[in-house]
Formats: sequence, structure tokens, C-alpha cells
Amino acid sequence: MAEPRPPLTLATRVLGAVLMILLLGGLLVSGSAWRNGQQAARQAYDRILLGAANDIAESVRIQAGVPIADLPVSAFQLLAQAPEDRIYYAVHGPGQMFITGVDPGTEIHAPEPGTDGPGYFDAALNGEPARFVRVTRRFAERDFSGPVEVVVGQTLRARKAMTADLMLDALWPMAAAGLALMVIAWAVIRTALRPLGAITEDLARRDPYDLTPIATGRLPRELQVVLGAMNRFMGRLDGQVEVMRNLISDTAHQLRTPVAAIRVQAETAVAEPDAAARHRALDRLLARTRSLGSLLDQLLSRALVVHRTDSAPRLPVDLREVALEIMERNDHALLAPGSDLRLEIGEEPVMVRADAFSLGEAAGNLLGNALRHGTPPVAIGAKRRGGDAILWVRDAGPGPAPAVLAQLGSRFNRDAATQESSSGIGLSIVNSVAAAFGGRVEMARKEGGFCAALVLPAEGGAP
Amino acid sequence: MMLVWRMLMFLAALFPAAAVSQEATVHYGNGPVQFLLRSTTDNTIIRPVIERFAELNPQLAITFEQWGSNALFAQSRADCQEGSVPADAILSSAVQQMVWLVNAACAHPHRSPAALALPPSRRWRDELWGITTEPAVIVYNKQLLDGAEVPRSRFALLDALRAKPGLYRGRIATYDIAASGLGYLFAYSDSLEATTFGALLESFARVNAVATCCSAEIIAGVAEGRFLIAYNVLGSYVANASAPQVGTILPEDYTLVLSRAYMIPKTARQKNVAAELLDFLLSPEAQELLAKAGLVTEIDAIDSGLSPSARRSIPLAPSLLVALDGNRRALLLEFWSDAFGRSDGP
Repeated sequence: MAEPRPPLTLATRVLGAVLMILLLGGLLVSGSAWRNGQQAARQAYDRILLGAANDIAESVRIQAGVPIADLPVSAFQLLAQAPEDRIYYAVHGPGQMFITGVDPGTEIHAPEPGTDGPGYFDAALNGEPARFVRVTRRFAERDFSGPVEVVVGQTLRARKAMTADLMLDALWPMAAAGLALMVIAWAVIRTALRPLGAITEDLARRDPYDLTPIATGRLPRELQVVLGAMNRFMGRLDGQVEVMRNLISDTAHQLRTPVAAIRVQAETAVAEPDAAARHRALDRLLARTRSLGSLLDQLLSRALVVHRTDSAPRLPVDLREVALEIMERNDHALLAPGSDLRLEIGEEPVMVRADAFSLGEAAGNLLGNALRHGTPPVAIGAKRRGGDAILWVRDAGPGPAPAVLAQLGSRFNRDAATQESSSGIGLSIVNSVAAAFGGRVEMARKEGGFCAALVLPAEGGAP
Repeated sequence: MMLVWRMLMFLAALFPAAAVSQEATVHYGNGPVQFLLRSTTDNTIIRPVIERFAELNPQLAITFEQWGSNALFAQSRADCQEGSVPADAILSSAVQQMVWLVNAACAHPHRSPAALALPPSRRWRDELWGITTEPAVIVYNKQLLDGAEVPRSRFALLDALRAKPGLYRGRIATYDIAASGLGYLFAYSDSLEATTFGALLESFARVNAVATCCSAEIIAGVAEGRFLIAYNVLGSYVANASAPQVGTILPEDYTLVLSRAYMIPKTARQKNVAAELLDFLLSPEAQELLAKAGLVTEIDAIDSGLSPSARRSIPLAPSLLVALDGNRRALLLEFWSDAFGRSDGP
């Protein structure tokens, strides 16, 4: 029943990796130090061994035709440099004739003697690993001639101790350095990850409804990218929430009055005894219901536009096509039957990067306003002016009063809202679209009429 | 031919027939656990110490076997290979033989604070430990030799022998190093220590010194007045001889100090008991008992005027292997017999 472990923190992971690297390095260094120490110890004690063997070989003399070793204590004092080690020595004459030795019964499995010079070899001494050296001294005396072979050996305790000492001597500073590196790495990682920790803490403490951006100053660039993306996302979410809130509030506000009016008129119609008067009241009720319908359409259209400007992909759109489509949809025939609508577009495409549906809604609203409030003839067109792409609607009238003009484009227009066929919502749609695609709304009284234009940055730079 | 004969004798001493057995056997305690201690030490000398150990460990039935050093060495070597009744612990004054046994991987290691507290010269490989401190002394007959005449160093002894050869003729005793392992060890150590050894041997030969085998015989001879001076006698034997007319001198030029070596054979059956016995022997209580028995001499404490640098411990170290070397022994014996032999002639 292994419980799932909680995921490791970033600092733990990085520290773990550093530790692993240091451990691996430490292992390699230890191995190398051990090898060096072993070689040094081997050389040092091999020399002692050789010295002792030479001492003994030197002490061999021929007495009455028999080689005899006057064993020098100095040789054993040399060997006592490894005080805890057992010793083997043997002196043999030609034909393995035993001259002297620690114990003729001890057998050493020596390899065949090689070429000249001292021959070192490893073998077991009474069941313990040991190192031996073989030195041969040749005699050419009157009464004795032939080689005398001296074998001296020693167990490996002192070598091992020296190897361990050398290794430890080499490893202590390494271990200290490793520890220091570890501490430094810890400090560096802590410092590097502190902004992340601060953000984590900030996010953990943050109210779930708090969608304000997180401060990105003084942060590493990578984190700024992440936080920037997050802030943009939160901004969009905030916008969506704001839109929802506005939509609900607008809808409530816009619908309350007409619905109340409809109810009053319906009550009046019910209570009216006179048939003609009732008929008139019913007519008014019908008109009110129609305008309520169109109001609802506009509210929904606006919500849709606001939603799309936030979420729909932005594609290249030709503003001429938007104008053309409005013309072809022929909605204006319903709003103003028999009115004169002209289309003014050039040969060159007027490209923007935006959402075609939203542009269509905006253009439809501009046109609707012109048809409803302006003076025919009404014209719609698209053109390029410098770096701007302009979708415009023009009528021949004077346009709204300057005071009204100043208020136009706010979210809703109280005055306009009181009339069922309001222009406020329509203009707020246009404003939203303009804001969403980085443009603006221009309204200007010009010679020959009033012109309302949606000005967006043109796609493809200046012509 | 002399040399070859000596070598053969040595080999015979080195590999005696296994039939040679112990000299005495004493039992301490009657517990269920059998424990066999083999020693070259005289049972009467060491008895209080073993008795105390048996008292402290009532579960033990200690068998104390007293051996001659060469027989004990041969038996231990045989036990090292395959022993039918191996000793659980060995305490021998023939330290060179003990070093040889340890060098031949016949010993079992043991580490304890008491053992590790021993100085390096009394400890080897944690397998061999020097239990006692016994000086090699010059003894003299107090009644026959005036205090002022007593030689306090080897140089004084040499001068005395040269000045009054008549007085000392035939009345100087020392160990026969061919017969006595201890005598050989002292002679060997002397030969390493100083050049006086050769001169001393010649002087001994000139006054027809007597080389004999045994401590007891030498001390008795001195006590009776047959010998005026005996050279290189183990101090502990003098202390136990209870001979009031025998005086002791620690030579001031240098005094050899022997530590009887204790070893746990690797074939021992009661290694733990052996280790306990070792720790007990090194404990202050046992050391005091050993001091009473004359086996531990506080050399620095007694008013001998012996400087610390004159104290030469015979170290438990592999260099003692040289003492056992056949060639070396043959050469020393040759030197010895040459010196004595020349004087035997005309």
C-alpha cells in the first residue's frame, strides 16, 4: 500500500540533481584516489621489500663450500616499517637447496623467475594475501658457484593502511569542497527560485475572484513570459466576466421599461370598453412588442459581438465585402422601406485583420442608425486612408445634436433606451468592435451630411 | 663440521618428537567449561594469579600445563595445523617462538582497551601480548663479594674479570645458550645491543666461566657460594628463589627486559575465556599479583639508579624471527663455542 508521494518541489529536484552529480564525481575521484594511493603504497613498500631482500642477499657468504646467511637484523628493521605485517623469508641455493628461512614448511606459490632484476609477485602467505620479491645473487667462488635465491614477503596490512590514509588525505578536501559546492548550489538555487516561490505564494493567497494582473517587474524573463500569458488569460476572463455582468445589467435595464409599458398598455386595452379605443390601444401594444423584439435582437447581437471579439480567430477581411454583404442582405428594406441606399467602394481591397461577423454587425448597426435617424439618401462604403481602413456610413442629414453626439457610444444611452428602437446599443456594439480590433469610431458632420465611420488599422501596411 | 652438527642439533630442537609432553599439570576450579592454559612459567610462581582467575570465573575448570619452551613450541606448531587437544591460551617466556607462531598465522586476534593500552613493544598484530616485565640481571653472592666490588655494569664486570682473574676463575656462571632457550635469547639480544658481548664472552672464557642450563641451578650455585657472579639471570627466578645471600644488579649500561608473551591459538576452543584471561592478566589486580610473584618488576621505581634509556625491552616484533633463524643461530653458537673452546685448550 504505497501512498502516492507528493510531487517534489523544483528546488528539491535541482538540488537532487546537483547532489547526484557531486556524488558521481565523488565516486570517480574516490576511485582515482584509491588507485593512486594503492600505487604509491605498493611502490613504497615494494622498495622496503627489495631493500630487505638485498640486505639478506648481501649477507650470504660461502663458508666451507656452503652458502650461509648471517641474517641482518637491519633487514627486519626495514620490514618492521610495516609493523603489523607478517613476514616470510627464505634463502635457497641451487636446485632449491634450503639454506635458511622462516619455515621450510611454508609453501609459497611463486611464479617462474623471469628475466634479470627483482621479481615481485603476489601470493598467499599462510592464507593471507601477501607481496613478495625474489632477488638472485650469483656466486662464483672456488668452492661454490651458482645462484642463491632470496625470497622476502610481507602481508598487506601496512599497504592497505597507507592506501586508506592516502585516499582519506586526498578525499577530505574533496569532501569539504563537495559540501561547500552543495551549500553554494543550495543558496544559488534558493535565490534563483525565490521569485517563483513568491508567485506561488501570491497565487495561493489570491482571492479566487481576484483577476487583477500579477506584477511581473524584476522577474526573470522566462517567468515574465509565463506570467504575461497568465495575466492575458486573466484579463480575458475578467473581460468576459465584465461582459456577462454588463449584459445582464443592460438587459435588465433595457427590458424593464418596455415590458412595464407593454403591461400597462395591455391592462388599458383590457379595461377599455370602447371598441375603437381598444383597437388603438392594441395597435400601440403591437408596435411596442415589435420594438421590444428588435431591442432583444440588438442586445443579443451585442453580446455575441463582444464574445466573438474576444474569442474568434482574427482573419484577413476585406471591408468592401462587409459593405457589399450589408447591401445584399437588404435589411434596410425592412427598416426604411423604399429608401435609397448607395454603395461606394473602390477597386483596391481594403484589408483588415478582424472577425467578419463582428464587422458585419457593426456595419449593420451604423447603417441602421443612419436609416432610422438620418436623412436619405444614405451611402455605405469602404476606403483606405493612409494606414487606416475605413468602413463608413453617410446620410444627408445634420446628424444628432452635439450634446447627444458627445454621449454617443457609451454602453447604453438612457434617452435612447427609453425609445424602444434605440441607437445607443447599436453604437455601443460599434464601439466594442472598434476597441476589440484596435480601431476607433469617428463621427463627423461634413458637407452634405453626417458621416459615421469605423476606423481600423489596415492590414498590409501603407499602400 | 661443527657448524653442520650445530645446525642438526638446532633442527632437532626445532622439531622434537611430539611425544615430548608437559612437565606438570595442575587443575584449578571444577566448573563445566574446560580451559587449557599452557605455559613455560613455573606453576608455583604463577599459582596465585591463576587461582584468582578461577575464583572470579567459577564456571571454569582450568587445566594449567607447565611445559618446556621447545616442547611447547613444537606442540603449538603441530596444533596450529591440526590439534587434537589444542591449548586455549599459551603464555611463554620464549618470545621468539611466540613471534614465530604469530608470524605463521597460528594466533587469534583480540582487541580490548587493556590490550590496546600496552606499549607497541609489548604488542604485535593484536595477536601477541607481553604480560610480564622481567629484567635480565647480574646476581652475586652478598657474603663473598663486597658491595663495593660488585660490578654495576658490563664494563665493570669486564674490568673486574681482567683485574682479578684468579678470584673469578671457575666462579662465573651463565646460561648455556645451546641448552637454554632463554639464555640464547638473552645472548642474541646482547649481540644486538653492544660490542661488549664479544669481549664479555672472551673474558668469560678466560676465567673458565661455567655455562649451565638452568636458572635454579645457577641461583643455587650463587647462594651456596660456588659461583660469585652469574650473568644474565632472569630476575623473577631470583625473586622466587628466596635466597637472602643472593644480590641482584640491573646492569647500568643497559638492562634487557623480557615480557612473557601471551597468545590465543587460532585453534583454541575457548577463545572468549582466553581473551578474558588476557584482560585479567593485564588488569591492575593481576599485575599486582604478578608483581608479588616477581613476574612484574617496576624497574623505574626501584632504587637501581637505572636510567630509562638503559632499559631495553625485548620487543615482540618480527625482527625476533632472526633469533630463530637456523643460520644465525648456528653462527652465534659457533661464536659462543669458539670463545669457550679456545680457552678450554691449553
